[in-house]
Amino acid sequence: MKKLLLIPYALWMLIFVVFPLLLMAAYSFIDLSGNITLNNYASFFSSNYIQMTLSSFWYAFLITLFTLIVSYPLALALNATKRKTIWLLIIILPTWINLLLKTYAFIGIFGKNGILNDIFAVFNIDEIQLLFSDTAFIIVSVYIFLPFMLLPLFNAISGIDNNLLNAAKDLGATRVQVFSKIILPLTADGIKAGIQVVFIPSLSLFMITRLITGNKVITLGTAIEQQFLTNENWGMGSTIGIFLVIFMLLIMVITSGKSDNRVMKL
Amino acid sequence: MKKIANIFLLVSILLLYFPIFYLMFYSFNSAGNMSHFDGFTLNYYKSVLTDSRMLVIILNTIAVALISSSIATLIGLCGALYLYNIKEKSRKMLLAVNNVMIVSPDVIIGASLLILFTLAGMSLGSVSVILAHIAFSVPITVILILPKLYSMNPSLVDAAKDLGADTKTTIIKVIIPYIKPGIIAGFFMALTYSLDDFAVTFFVTGSGFSLLSVEVYSMARRGITLEINAISTIVFVVVFTCVFIYYLISKRQEKLRGRV
Repeated sequence: MKKLLLIPYALWMLIFVVFPLLLMAAYSFIDLSGNITLNNYASFFSSNYIQMTLSSFWYAFLITLFTLIVSYPLALALNATKRKTIWLLIIILPTWINLLLKTYAFIGIFGKNGILNDIFAVFNIDEIQLLFSDTAFIIVSVYIFLPFMLLPLFNAISGIDNNLLNAAKDLGATRVQVFSKIILPLTADGIKAGIQVVFIPSLSLFMITRLITGNKVITLGTAIEQQFLTNENWGMGSTIGIFLVIFMLLIMVITSGKSDNRVMKL
Repeated sequence: MKKIANIFLLVSILLLYFPIFYLMFYSFNSAGNMSHFDGFTLNYYKSVLTDSRMLVIILNTIAVALISSSIATLIGLCGALYLYNIKEKSRKMLLAVNNVMIVSPDVIIGASLLILFTLAGMSLGSVSVILAHIAFSVPITVILILPKLYSMNPSLVDAAKDLGADTKTTIIKVIIPYIKPGIIAGFFMALTYSLDDFAVTFFVTGSGFSLLSVEVYSMARRGITLEINAISTIVFVVVFTCVFIYYLISKRQEKLRGRV
């Protein structure tokens, strides 16, 4: 019986997870005409690709940082409300709207005649073209990832025993001390889980870069999509993919915590 | 301090919903753009609902989500039961593989499956999309079912065996009823991932078969079309209604449980 249970799951994981990744690794050694080569790796270490990788990391870093800066206080505020579940549900609800639709909304908001410039006009601020800029890319990404960062943070914060906070206050700790000595260390795992669910997808975004920045920002994901679907250079695409997987594993190791908050909890 | 926290919460929620309501508002704009509201019209809803191609795409999206999450939940259930029964060392290793799949970026899943399907000589279309959706849903269902198995008292299984039940009966009559909430949660999470997916589908779909997100992407690349706004409004209303019903049901169950 045990064996019988194993078969569907193991077969599935082998055929659709392990095997495709191995194929991708194999393809990274094949050039456009089908010969075995190391050239893809050589071009990945050329200045163009190194620059692209660094800028992709820089954007992912900024997106993760800003998402954390917004979600942490939000998680604290959420935890202080009386009806936590309802408020949490309200914040999570937009994640059920396909992210394509939400990204599309920003084309209208950030456009030259969009509502943002209308608001600016009221305050006599000069019209700006936010669409097709990297600032717009960061804002939209933060907007998309916010709920995913919020969930592990909220889980960590709501798990803190209130007696600990009261004890600290009784013993004369200031607000800042309570935060830095108790709340922050106790939510470290939540922060790590949050960073993980935002940083890795940020490296691989390609849809937002295309729609919002008009190809100005190129992430690792954009490059892979371009090599696979536009240039039809699967070898180079696979090479970038292999590096993306390596980066992902490194980030997972760095941010691995004890608790597992990675999957959304309803 | 409490006041500031509440204001911050409210402002954040307003900002989170602003783009969605912005889309919904302009879906009624007769001027055909997202900047100046001219007059009220339902034309974009009419053109979405009478466009048979669009209706097929919407049905495809729902069908793919339902089929892939059902199959994924079945496979995930087998996987969770298997992982529950093996030694801790091998379980940890298999769970690590499982987690890699959950965290791995959409482009990697999409690109690697594109290679697989092409080498296998499969034509890209409905089958490849459903297989891909099952592929990224299985690990999620495993992760949601497994904790439920651990919260089960092992003596339940022992008791069933002592009373003469074979493994199959134990699983069907004892274990599955107990872990049902986990199975349902896994199914709905798979459904969510499937409905929300864009990147994986974008890689593995062919010219004849499209899902809503891929269709919206190609429409949005051509610029603003208020049909997308109308679709967003419909999607939002459906999602909101489902979540509201879910909330009411869970509230009622809580009350019932409270009484017992």
